[in-house]
Amino acid sequence: MREIYLSGFNTFVLPFMFGMVFVLAWCLIGAVRIIFQLTPADRKKFFMSFLNPKIMLKNIRDWFCDCLFHVKLWKRNKLLGYMHSSIAFGWFMLIVIGHIEVFLYTPQRVHHIWYPIFFRYFVAVTDSTMKGSFFFFMMDFFLLVVLSGIILAIIKRARSRIFGMRRTTRASLTDLIGLYALWSIFPLRLLAEGFTADISGGSFLTKSLNLVLHSFLSDQMNMLPTWWAYSIALCIFMCILPFSRYMHIPAEILLIPMRNAGIPVRHARKGIARLQVYSCPSCGVCIDACPMGVVKANSKDATVYLNRQIKRSNERRIEEISDKCLLCGKCTAVCPVGVEGDRIRIAQRSIRPYNLTPDYSNIDENSAVLSVNNFVSTENNDVSHTDNERVLYFAGCMTALTPRIRKSMESVLKKAGVNYEMMDKDGGICCGRPMLMAGRKDPAKEMIRKNTNIIKSSGATTLLLSCPICLKVFKEEYELEGIEVIHHTEYMDRLMSQGRLHVERSDVRYAYHDPCELGRGCGIYEQPRRVIAAAGQLAEGVKSGKESICCGGSLGSLSLRFEQRKLMTENALNNLTADNPDAIVTACPLCKTTFGRYADRPVIDIVEVIDSQTSN
Amino acid sequence: MSGFGFRLSPSSAINMDKVDRSRFEELCSIEPDALRCMSCGSCSATCPAAGFSGMSIRKVLLNLQRGKEEEAFRLMSNCMLCGKCTMVCPRGINTRRIVLTISRIYKKEDKR
Repeated sequence: MREIYLSGFNTFVLPFMFGMVFVLAWCLIGAVRIIFQLTPADRKKFFMSFLNPKIMLKNIRDWFCDCLFHVKLWKRNKLLGYMHSSIAFGWFMLIVIGHIEVFLYTPQRVHHIWYPIFFRYFVAVTDSTMKGSFFFFMMDFFLLVVLSGIILAIIKRARSRIFGMRRTTRASLTDLIGLYALWSIFPLRLLAEGFTADISGGSFLTKSLNLVLHSFLSDQMNMLPTWWAYSIALCIFMCILPFSRYMHIPAEILLIPMRNAGIPVRHARKGIARLQVYSCPSCGVCIDACPMGVVKANSKDATVYLNRQIKRSNERRIEEISDKCLLCGKCTAVCPVGVEGDRIRIAQRSIRPYNLTPDYSNIDENSAVLSVNNFVSTENNDVSHTDNERVLYFAGCMTALTPRIRKSMESVLKKAGVNYEMMDKDGGICCGRPMLMAGRKDPAKEMIRKNTNIIKSSGATTLLLSCPICLKVFKEEYELEGIEVIHHTEYMDRLMSQGRLHVERSDVRYAYHDPCELGRGCGIYEQPRRVIAAAGQLAEGVKSGKESICCGGSLGSLSLRFEQRKLMTENALNNLTADNPDAIVTACPLCKTTFGRYADRPVIDIVEVIDSQTSN
Repeated sequence: MSGFGFRLSPSSAINMDKVDRSRFEELCSIEPDALRCMSCGSCSATCPAAGFSGMSIRKVLLNLQRGKEEEAFRLMSNCMLCGKCTMVCPRGINTRRIVLTISRIYKKEDKR
């Protein structure tokens, strides 16, 4: 390649350079601020994670899979995945190959940032670079890939259903400016390179366009305005980037190592919470996922809008959105970039000022301790005992409202010959999760402390829970070294695999509902299904597992009224009964109560099924 | 007719003219449901904090209505926000939210 201009510079690169410097400075300052907003321990953890080869490998994999290939979107919908990855990966390859070209052909210009972007303007093709046709072909190919993605993006604006999305995000003004700038960058690049293709060389796309253009535009000077337009489009895009959804491009690069380092959301607006908000690409996947979306007005309360309002510091809307949410965690489960909608909302709740604070100092946990360390050893000689296993059964507040669950659980434990003790015979202290969900950490910590005392001094080896709401908090917030925390679905699965429960299989068809806190909250999907499959025929709802629909009764929502929840419950029920099962089985006392209100068929807990079908 | 000088316990009569109801009215404007409570006692029966402080959202609302705020705060101090009262309420009152709203708008210093 031969350089045409000695200076290697033209004034049209200035808009691009301005945008580039602006966006780089903005992102650098933002990244430093976010890292400094982390607590010292978290910051250390973050930096140390880079030294861990396992985490580093995961980072690299996630950078490619999430930022460039959008694997999670591919899994959701092929067309949606192609649209996003073609633009991201195509653009990335254009930048990479552009740099390789500069390195190979004009190594003296490596330090000119604009050179790879406007390479074709500054050079002329020579005979010696026949090999360059490989790079020219690659450049044209990836430009075509990006253009195809942009055509799909334009189609998606009009018909999002083709892309598997019922509802999409309403774009804000800055998003629209960014969108149109992004859409115009690549056609302008094609045009600009098309004009210069006869001098600088090109491949199937640019060369052919050059021939077309020259058939009616013979003046060479036409090319300068198109290069200017290309540069200005880049400038507009980069200048609007920090204020639009496109901020997700740089933010996600930082979010991935932070997520992999395991940094939790600790502050409502600082550190990783802020980073997650900026990583939100406003793709709108969470809008369709939200169980509140059955009422159309509620789709304005999806995580994507929460993120937007946090960016705008619109306190009234932030409060409204974060209080309404059921905290079912589905938006977190489906989010392609890993924005934790539920945790961000809890963090928003935690900064509310309260004048009255609960005080549990009058609750004497020591009296409770006395009553929980006489484990009942059942005299069932048919089953083998596991030595030294002392199970402490914490039924939980919600189970107190569904006494059949507790009765059946005790019956199952007796049948299996388990050495157990009830922790909350006469009503105990709440596990603390509902308080945590309301964002009130200190009172929750106090309850956690008292419960920990009771559990530790009971001498139990296993803590058995019937309520997934309790399970999650016991797993995440309690420090119970040496004591296994287990949900009754897991425990029954274990008892059955050990042969301690003899379940008779029936022909009843059970549709299993994954409770939010058990499935998405604790990742328990397989065990309850195995248990049900042993007792009857397992039927699935249309959406199940990670995408199961919240029953609508969740304690997570602070502001949803009783009547407003009805539609959500009915929607979840329709999802479960699509296959016309004989009964709905769940593993959460709260889901059972909520479904029980409106269901047209029996709603039972998994332990009731097993108890009624166990012979020993 | 209050007292002839021969009483064993102090009078429990409340002079509503002396009760400042502004906070309660503020509460009712934010949570209109607070007035829909029919004192059926379902919440009292299910409350896990009842065993410790005698908590019941029914009593809290009555006490606030009558200006006995200190007593209401004492009852509320053991509320664990577990939400059972919300689940059993036959009127569908969002009692959890009422507890949170009370904690927000009332103040301990308001001694009258």
